[in-house]
Amino acid sequence: MTATHELPANVNQTSEGGQELTSADVVAASERLRELGAVLRLSENDAILAEREQVPDDETMIINMGPQHPSTHGVLRLMLELQGETVLRCKPIIGYLHTGMERTGEELTYLQGPTNVTRMDYAAPLFTELAFSLTVEKLLDIEVPERAIWIRMLMTEMNRISSHLLFMATNGMDLGAVSMMLYGWREREEALRFLQEVTGLRMNHNYIRPGGVAADLPDGWRDGVLRLLDMLPGRLAEYDTLLNQQPIFRERLQGVGAINADECLALGVTGPILRSTGYDWDLRRDMPYLAFDQVDFDVVVGSYGDCFDRYAIRLAEIHESMKIVRQCLEKMPKGDYRIQDKKVTPPPRARIDESMEALIHHFKIFTEGFKVPEGEAYVAIESPRGELGCYIVSDGSSNPYRMHVRAPSFVNLQTLPHLMHGSLVADAVAIISSVDPILGEVDR
Amino acid sequence: MTDIDAQSGEADTPAEIAPETLFDTLLTHSHGQLVLHPTRESYPGLLATLHAAGYHSVVDLCGVDYLTNDSRQLPAAIEPERFEVVVNLINHRERARLRLRVQVPEIDAVLPSAFILYPGTEAMERETFDMFGISFDGHPDLTRILMPEDWIGHPLRKDYDVGRIPVQFKGAPANR
Amino acid sequence: MSSETRPTGGLLESGLEGLSHNFLTGTLEELVKWARRHSVMPATFGLACCALEMMAAGGPHYDLARYGMETFRASPRQADLMIVAGRVSQKMAPVLRQIYDQMMEPKWVISMGVCASSGGMFNNYAIVQGVDQIVPVDVYAPGCPPSPETLMHAILTLHDKIKNGELTRRKGEGLGLVVEQMGPSGPVPVTLGQG
Repeated sequence: MTATHELPANVNQTSEGGQELTSADVVAASERLRELGAVLRLSENDAILAEREQVPDDETMIINMGPQHPSTHGVLRLMLELQGETVLRCKPIIGYLHTGMERTGEELTYLQGPTNVTRMDYAAPLFTELAFSLTVEKLLDIEVPERAIWIRMLMTEMNRISSHLLFMATNGMDLGAVSMMLYGWREREEALRFLQEVTGLRMNHNYIRPGGVAADLPDGWRDGVLRLLDMLPGRLAEYDTLLNQQPIFRERLQGVGAINADECLALGVTGPILRSTGYDWDLRRDMPYLAFDQVDFDVVVGSYGDCFDRYAIRLAEIHESMKIVRQCLEKMPKGDYRIQDKKVTPPPRARIDESMEALIHHFKIFTEGFKVPEGEAYVAIESPRGELGCYIVSDGSSNPYRMHVRAPSFVNLQTLPHLMHGSLVADAVAIISSVDPILGEVDR
Repeated sequence: MTDIDAQSGEADTPAEIAPETLFDTLLTHSHGQLVLHPTRESYPGLLATLHAAGYHSVVDLCGVDYLTNDSRQLPAAIEPERFEVVVNLINHRERARLRLRVQVPEIDAVLPSAFILYPGTEAMERETFDMFGISFDGHPDLTRILMPEDWIGHPLRKDYDVGRIPVQFKGAPANR
Repeated sequence: MSSETRPTGGLLESGLEGLSHNFLTGTLEELVKWARRHSVMPATFGLACCALEMMAAGGPHYDLARYGMETFRASPRQADLMIVAGRVSQKMAPVLRQIYDQMMEPKWVISMGVCASSGGMFNNYAIVQGVDQIVPVDVYAPGCPPSPETLMHAILTLHDKIKNGELTRRKGEGLGLVVEQMGPSGPVPVTLGQG
């Protein structure tokens, strides 16, 4: 940092120490106990046991995994303490993709906001847009039209399908089932084709905006949806044959990285990881948003909380999402795709050619943005990875005073030390994969 | 519109209406969401009460820097400070959410950690420390989480420059 | 094998006429460039959204294998092309530089997406405003994220550059790019390509 950059005095109270895993011989016993309890989140009894069976330092080794590693799903970095092949301690180190999006979000108007947040969870971009838009709408106290609600549901469920297909691909790849990767990408392309048809982009859509959606569904959208819905069941059956009935794949996942519901709740974990423990919790059903209370679907839960359950839940959720998409097809109402509120919505393109007021209005909305009344709100939705929340503080101007996104991957990543404790180092890859972190969302 | 709901209707005679409370803490409503305003001293006790009352998960914990926003509305008994730590809790059984807003002064920006009751706050408190410089007393491993460990400053503070920051590039320490 | 059954390969039968299709002639430089152009091995350096599109390019629909490039190497020691796919944060910058330095010469860099090329929409404290501040870039692929077609076009552009470019110039030298590295007593200017 150069000297031109002046900072207030109290800002300089910075580093509290290294982020990395310290080797066992420089850590005092009490500190180590605390660290074990903290990093591994052991109960006190477990921590005492762990202390008793502490292995000599020359038998353990700390290795570094990442941030550039083919199976860490981006730029996750893990410090692992190994005894032979067994993982004793593990510490995830994140921040390698920190983008400062929360700060950038304060500089952008509410209309520009989805452009920013959509780049967080790049496997499921529509969900972050939805969370942001719902929060802004809550602050504005507006209701979007019926059709916009159903379009949002249709699009996010399609996005959930593509996100889970991506998981299928990467999970297969990490476990050495490379043909699964090719199959997963093949189906994901089909899902992306529909998303591109509607939003114009394969990812980072900026499609769901405060007040509705950016554009109406194009002509022939039903054919696009039906093509996917007709194609997928056969392809998913292929997955079933290829993976579920394959002993090697099952052996690699079953019983690996188990967690129970209490631990999940204590760690704030949500989504498929929480459901894999048998805890029946899905925001779409339990705290419905949009019109999820009007569609019929099942919440899939597991029973063992291991990697295989998490995989199987995601596979089953593709089927459930297809059910919801089919109901969206049937129930899609007619009407506006965005709210007819002059304050929020720019005038239609055709009006700009004939009316000066419309032109000025259009110009003002896109340069100044619309003002949002003072207040603060938190809205959460169920993303493919868990509870995705957005907290916005407004000071009455046209951009957020503070925009914070509660990213499910960020919280779910805290389970890694717990899941890996005592497992083999080869299982580490399977465990990372089953947590399905998207690092863009972890680091924001 | 504002945080004050219980009193805003009869702003002329606020003294006569006792402020609304929940779990012995001042309560306001924000767009239908319940917001509690504990003080720094009552915060750990409130967390313990809430944990016993079924709020088993801290969903989210983040900081807000109110340096340039003096328009926020708080209950009269709460002294506004520069920082605020916002904690979102969930009660799965009753399907209820609660939000806590704790005021943290600029000087001595320390808050008791929620780690013992809610281990899931570990990463969130580290993030809040990293971004705002708010320390958490009792946190097991309070280090920077998102920024490099030798970074200078806390980027989400309002007096920190947004952009055009020169690269704080350090050569990689290992052999090449 | 007896002399009757031994294949003659055309050379003995037709004398020197077979030379035109049995030998390749050219300058050494041309041949080396030709060989390099056809055996570019990319390193997996996925960072953000662009990484998904990079992987999609290797997937069945876009099939990067057409260009002999589907083997993404996990180790930088085996790779000679670094596709910087995504935004580079301040924390990642030293790592990226180290991986680049670990790659064998000759090596090339494709900066994929606007974030890697210029910081993109994230003009803030966290993102390096263009990866060319850290490593020399050969081809910039625009887009946010660039579609797999754009990435392929960037790769073909790079192929073209390898085939028609100079052989001897060492990458990075002579560009005169200087960055500041943090030393123990403040920033020290360092010229790129000599680290």
